[in-house]
Amino acid sequence: MSWMLPALVLWPLLAATLGVLHQKHARHWGLVGALGTAVLGVAVMGLETSSWTLGGWALPLGIGWRLDQLAQWMLLIGAIVGLFVSVYAWLDHTLPRAFWWLWLGAWGAMNALFLSADVFNIYVTLELLGISAVALVAISNKAGATQAAMRYLLVSLLGSMLFLLGVALLYGEYASLDMVYLAQQMQSGPVMFLALAAMTVGLMAKTALFPLHAWLPLAHGRAHAAVSAILSALVIKASFYLLIRLWLEVFAPLDLSLAFWFWALLGSLAVLWGATQALVTPSLKQLVAWSTVAQVGYLAIGLALMIDAQAQFSWAWGLVGLILAHALAKSAMFLAVGNIQQRAGHDNLQQLGYVLRTERKTLFAFGLAGVSLAGLPISAGFLAKWWLLELSFDHQAWWLFGVLILGSLMTAGYVLRVLNLALTNQAQTQSLQAIPAGREWLVLILASLAIVSGLSAQSLWGG
Amino acid sequence: MDNSVWPLLIIATSLIPGIWIFFIPEHQRFLRSALNIGGALIKLQLVVLVLIGLYTGEVYQIQWQVLPGLELKLRIDGLAGLFLLLSAFLWLITTIYAIGYLENSPNRSRFFGFFTLCVSATTGVAMAGNLFSFVLFYELLTLATWPLVVHRGTQQAIAAGRVYLRYTLIGGGALLVGTVILHRLAGSPDFVPGGYLDDLAIHQAWLWLVFGLLIAGLGVKAALVPFHSWLPQAMVAPAPVSALLHAVAVVKAGAFGIVRVMFEVYGIEFAHGLGMASVLLVMAALTIIYGSVRALFEMDIKKRLAFSTVSQVSYVALGIALAGPLGAIGGLIHIVHQGLMKITLFLTAGNYAETLGIHKVHELSGVGRRMPWTTVAFTLGALGMIGLPPLAGFVSKWYLGLGAWEVGLYWVLGVLFISSLLNAAYFLPLVYRAWFGEAPAQWPHEQTLSTKFETHWMLLFPPLITAATVVLLGVFAGYAFTTLGWVEWLVNQEFNGL
Repeated sequence: MSWMLPALVLWPLLAATLGVLHQKHARHWGLVGALGTAVLGVAVMGLETSSWTLGGWALPLGIGWRLDQLAQWMLLIGAIVGLFVSVYAWLDHTLPRAFWWLWLGAWGAMNALFLSADVFNIYVTLELLGISAVALVAISNKAGATQAAMRYLLVSLLGSMLFLLGVALLYGEYASLDMVYLAQQMQSGPVMFLALAAMTVGLMAKTALFPLHAWLPLAHGRAHAAVSAILSALVIKASFYLLIRLWLEVFAPLDLSLAFWFWALLGSLAVLWGATQALVTPSLKQLVAWSTVAQVGYLAIGLALMIDAQAQFSWAWGLVGLILAHALAKSAMFLAVGNIQQRAGHDNLQQLGYVLRTERKTLFAFGLAGVSLAGLPISAGFLAKWWLLELSFDHQAWWLFGVLILGSLMTAGYVLRVLNLALTNQAQTQSLQAIPAGREWLVLILASLAIVSGLSAQSLWGG
Repeated sequence: MDNSVWPLLIIATSLIPGIWIFFIPEHQRFLRSALNIGGALIKLQLVVLVLIGLYTGEVYQIQWQVLPGLELKLRIDGLAGLFLLLSAFLWLITTIYAIGYLENSPNRSRFFGFFTLCVSATTGVAMAGNLFSFVLFYELLTLATWPLVVHRGTQQAIAAGRVYLRYTLIGGGALLVGTVILHRLAGSPDFVPGGYLDDLAIHQAWLWLVFGLLIAGLGVKAALVPFHSWLPQAMVAPAPVSALLHAVAVVKAGAFGIVRVMFEVYGIEFAHGLGMASVLLVMAALTIIYGSVRALFEMDIKKRLAFSTVSQVSYVALGIALAGPLGAIGGLIHIVHQGLMKITLFLTAGNYAETLGIHKVHELSGVGRRMPWTTVAFTLGALGMIGLPPLAGFVSKWYLGLGAWEVGLYWVLGVLFISSLLNAAYFLPLVYRAWFGEAPAQWPHEQTLSTKFETHWMLLFPPLITAATVVLLGVFAGYAFTTLGWVEWLVNQEFNGL
């Protein structure tokens, strides 16, 4: 096993520990940790895919790690977004030191989650990731942050418990925790469906999939911009990644023919409900948060289209494409909102006209991210939407065409709510706070990545 | 030199200045103008070189695989060359005009940034080598134009922008769905004269569904009735934007797309056999009459011109839908001729508004003596629209008429005749008023923009140049280097062996 894999987990934890020891320099240690982890996350793309057992225990008992293409991509997405968020946070002096310990801890846990090959190990990393994410919300000094964090904590714990229940059922049935082994042994039966249901509901809550999404806008509204970016772009993707693993791998041998409707309907409702809320909410941050609820719906629709005996697994790159597109666009959007919010001192949409007009780079970044979210060319989001449309055609799910197009139009609608403001001639009403110029560039580069990655999509499917 | 770099260079000459301009501070007028005009000049030169290359049989293309079985392809063929030359030439003209027009107004970097991006998208539309690439640039064009429409930032402009996006994005959605379905049925091969669908055994219902979706999506930008309502509202945009929107960028992208779909996806004979050409023909005829009638009752000059565009752009679709070589010549040639005439009209209308504050038809009285050169250009544009020989508009209408005769659709001749009468009815009063009306004691809002000329030279010369081309293309229509010669060569490819 390459040294890089354990380093992906240990390096951020080491940096976090050093940050705790040298509290004065927590910010710098944080950046060092983040840079190293990001470099490792990118370098892992070049490694051979394989699997290992840790601690010398053989299957089916040992703790298994594995690196396959899906894991590589998830690590890469984490690395790119994590890098930008970290530099952004490093330029922001208002963040408490605890941010760095928690964020690096969360990153390490997330990397371990992507590398784990057995379900119990995954449970542990999932729990660690959830707790760190909750704490990241809680460190905000905004009114109501504690309540929002408490609510998120409850959802997160409940989700982990349900996941653990599924793990116990799996172990009881097959006396193993290894996902590949489980997939080979998997046989239909009420217990297995119960396990699948428990794990799915738990992960849905963590992914904020409709109708279990209510905690997300609440938590995002209070959290710092960098934290929101981490939550929306990465943390909920980690639990969605597990849904992919469970549905397309571990439980794939089961008869899941009805599952298409389950995921497609929930996904469609999420797309429409999230977008509707984003169209009416009075606050900029909430708008972006509701957009996440809507975009998670696309992920669910993508999963629905992949759960089918006829679907070729070679199409699974589209799911990664969806995750990548959303992670880049949404993190750019939240960071852009952070710039605007900090500059104006509030995020009340009605009074942002002047600020939006002066922050041209940030606004442009917001627009680019919006283009990708709405699935307009030539962004990564466009190709992801194209993929969804093609698969819908193969499934002859015509109504999904309607949902996808309507969802895109509504997305364009709420992005325009913001862009329109910038073009009105609203006069300056309040004094503006200064923010580092680097943060504007950072957001613009990240948003450009959301567009440019559409052009290099071929690496996703290995073309 | 490898030919594949040419399409990229042509896009880069506007894309790079466009992005650069966004970051130039407001007051650096010289650098911004230099980038604008420099880019436009280089682009025009590149396009001319490429056209010469096309004549000698060079192939200019580059492709990039985006997804399995899906290529982003740029290719310059004859049709692309036609549209490229038009957009490169008119971009240069409009840029000069816009620099003069927007002098001292706010947000110029934003304006010229998007203005230039808009042209990049248009050249992309022209060079798109397959339907997927076309859709891509077509949507980019929507995005790049929207900030221009709402540029003034007034309530009215924002509302117009909203309507514009509502129409174009929904249209874009229809186009996208149609393209995806077609991709699953037939793949995404290159555009090819004669189309690629006739050999594939695809069920007729599919073909009709896709046709409906594509025409709806393209019809929005081409302002076919009933998808046209956004266009007159978009008139709140600054004059150079209206000019570019109406002459090349948006409306023409729609019309150009219809040409591509009918000629090079379905193939005109195949589409004719299925009855699609007839549907398009009826839509186009209705739009022509409807637009002209509405124009007659508009008392705002720009709005009248807008409805005139609704009517005139449909000549392109009409010519295509006639499904005969002569009609096709008329339709294709009108892409260029309408562009030149309409841009002349919009630029001169902008001059009246900017110099004298004239916006309404009745205010034009006697303007011919105050601004003779502008009015000469305006008159040439208007007479060309009516189709008076020997102006460019006459050549279009002549071939459209011949085309209708050739395929025996005599009612189309009636449509052309009525439309010409209506054109005369809504343009001639303006011309008459301008030259023979009584000048008012005071113009609505007069500004002194120049001591030498009747208005700022950057506003005066562009419409004079385009008006001159309207005359030249009509008078020398018979020569090979004019649009007529080029279009005849193109139509020969589509109707090979006829």
